[in-house]
Amino acid sequence: MLTLEKARIVMDDFRLSADLSVPKGARVAVLGPSGAGKSTLLSAIAGFVPLSSGRVLWDGAEMPTMPSNRPISMVFQDNNLFPHMTAFENVALGLRANLRLSGAERERVTGALARVGLDGLSDRKPAQLSGGQIARIALARVLLRDRPLLLLDEPFGALGPALKGEMLALLGELVTETHATLLMVTHAPEDARVIADQVVLVADGVAQPPVPTSEIFDNPPDALRDYLGK
Amino acid sequence: MAGRRVEITRTTVFGALALAVVACLTLGTLISVGLRAENTGGFGPSDWAAIRFTLWQATLSGGISVILAIPVARALARRNFPGRGALVTLLGAPFILPVIVAVLGLLAVFGRNGIVSQSLIWAGLEPVHIYGLHGVIIAHVFFNLPLATRLILQGWLSIPAERFRLAASLGFKPGDIARALERPMLREVVPGAFLVIFLICLTSFAVALALGGGPRATTVELAIYQAFRFDFDLGKAALLALVQFAMGAGAALVAFRVAMPGGMGAGLDRAVTRWDSGGWLVVQDVICITVAAAFLILPLAMIVIDGAPGLFNLPMPVLWAALWSVLVALASVALTLTLALPIAALAVRRGSRIVEGVGYLTIAASPLVIGTGLFIVIFPIADPFALALPVTALVNAAMSLPFALRTLVPALAGIETHFGPLADQMGLHGMARLRLLWLPRLRRPLGFAAGLAGALSMGDLGVIAMFADPEVATLPLQLYRLMGAYRMGDAASAALLLLALSLAMFWLFDKGGRVDADA
Repeated sequence: MLTLEKARIVMDDFRLSADLSVPKGARVAVLGPSGAGKSTLLSAIAGFVPLSSGRVLWDGAEMPTMPSNRPISMVFQDNNLFPHMTAFENVALGLRANLRLSGAERERVTGALARVGLDGLSDRKPAQLSGGQIARIALARVLLRDRPLLLLDEPFGALGPALKGEMLALLGELVTETHATLLMVTHAPEDARVIADQVVLVADGVAQPPVPTSEIFDNPPDALRDYLGK
Repeated sequence: MAGRRVEITRTTVFGALALAVVACLTLGTLISVGLRAENTGGFGPSDWAAIRFTLWQATLSGGISVILAIPVARALARRNFPGRGALVTLLGAPFILPVIVAVLGLLAVFGRNGIVSQSLIWAGLEPVHIYGLHGVIIAHVFFNLPLATRLILQGWLSIPAERFRLAASLGFKPGDIARALERPMLREVVPGAFLVIFLICLTSFAVALALGGGPRATTVELAIYQAFRFDFDLGKAALLALVQFAMGAGAALVAFRVAMPGGMGAGLDRAVTRWDSGGWLVVQDVICITVAAAFLILPLAMIVIDGAPGLFNLPMPVLWAALWSVLVALASVALTLTLALPIAALAVRRGSRIVEGVGYLTIAASPLVIGTGLFIVIFPIADPFALALPVTALVNAAMSLPFALRTLVPALAGIETHFGPLADQMGLHGMARLRLLWLPRLRRPLGFAAGLAGALSMGDLGVIAMFADPEVATLPLQLYRLMGAYRMGDAASAALLLLALSLAMFWLFDKGGRVDADA
């Protein structure tokens, strides 16, 4: 279980507070107007933004300081791949940060690439790949890292509707396979309906505790109604 | 968690070590010089003359360069013609051009037997007096007119194209445009450009050595060299070194206040579309560009013409000197990067302007001041003259450091902004981060910085002149000796070789950084 215990983030005149828990295995969409702090919330959970007060806990224990030591895989809005590395190396980073892989580990990397439908493209660099293929590589790495908590910060924002649908489906499969807990920032309510069983609403300086998706869309609170525009 | 602490420590340790080396080279040598300067008789009239001359020639050089650069930059800003890109690139070339080569080229054009003087005599006029103030100014303008032009051109191109469109739609005449758009820009850019050039000319040594001298045209740097080399008066050299440092530091402080324009920036490859520039303005611009291009190209062309015939019959000492120069330059490249990378890493990691500022200290220090200090420190322990080449490589590296930092710090900051979170997520720390993230992504700036450091060291005639014995010389020093012996044919060939080696040094490193580098 992920717990934000009286967490407060203060950056200049930006303020966000969160006091909430996400049960293990939940699929949570983080919704809210732009600038409300959706990405900041994820960055704080991942350890990139320091908390002014409060704690972030995983299974009741405080998370380590270093982002790479947290039980977390994160997919950013962009810059998820190193442009100077091949698809294979970018995925392999998920296993060994120094890229010194054993034979068995190399096979696991190849397997992960095949799992996301990219076999045969392992020697390509990001510049030679499409947006959808780049997203698949990021997901292949998530698969290899196999961390219990998966944070996605609008990862498919730049993709067209059909491609985005494909990626959400693939993401759903991967989450099922790895039993990971998912938090995904999105500005598209329909994404939340497709992938998430719960919604965390971030608005007016507060990240609300998660609410079941069907419930919140049937009976939206004021902040969500303003955001949805209906 | 432990990993992060180790990682910060490693960056901090290497960064602090590099900063300590820089501080020792600049402030440390200054202190050793200062202690030495206590027991000396103070300034004589010739010393005051040197100070006055240094300030005066730097003021004139800066002023003339900037004033001449304004019409040239304006012409380049509003004209598009075939070869414009090549000319703008050429404007960057004097930076890596060995001073002594340029001096030889200028002698071939403006010297007593040069083409300009011969034409003047043929027309019944007085020839140009290249030795003394005139020559020093001509050489400094030769080097700095291109720099000033680039800086001011950047200012011109920073005026948004929409402003010129608006001006055209309002029916502005050239005078109106100058008042509303161009003069405000020049007010911002020109003082910075002048100060940069003033600062460069303040530390002029090789030009003064070759074209100046005598009681009326000696710079402080040259006076340090003479006190050291001819009189072996360490106290006097030390006192002059302090004066030199004070002048350099003062000018650098003022320059930083006025906000230095960034001279290395790209994006000079387009002309602004203008609607006000027909008729005689075209003639005026053509004249400006032609004269400026001729002033730059003629001396270099003379080197090629005079030097080519003897290029394959160079005397052995010249070839040995060339070999030493290449080795010194390579060592200097290695030292520059060894200092610059840890300092850049520390500056970026700490977000510290102070760290970067310490790296820039060597701008205010002069090579001869560092050289004097190193001599005073080394003298009791070892024979400084035996260490001439390593000392030269080290001092050259110190002088290249500000340019390397200027290139590396923004690049590394960009890498950390874009890929830092991803690298942190993946646990790329320490050597893995250096090997897998920094070095591959820094290839272009590293190549560029290495090319600059190599070319600057290759062409440097400074501290080597203080330390060298008759046996060992770098190519610039050997060239200077050939000129002193009036062996002008050999000198021209040696100059051509030096020019080729310097450009090759820059080109190879810079290209090396671009090969297979990913965008």
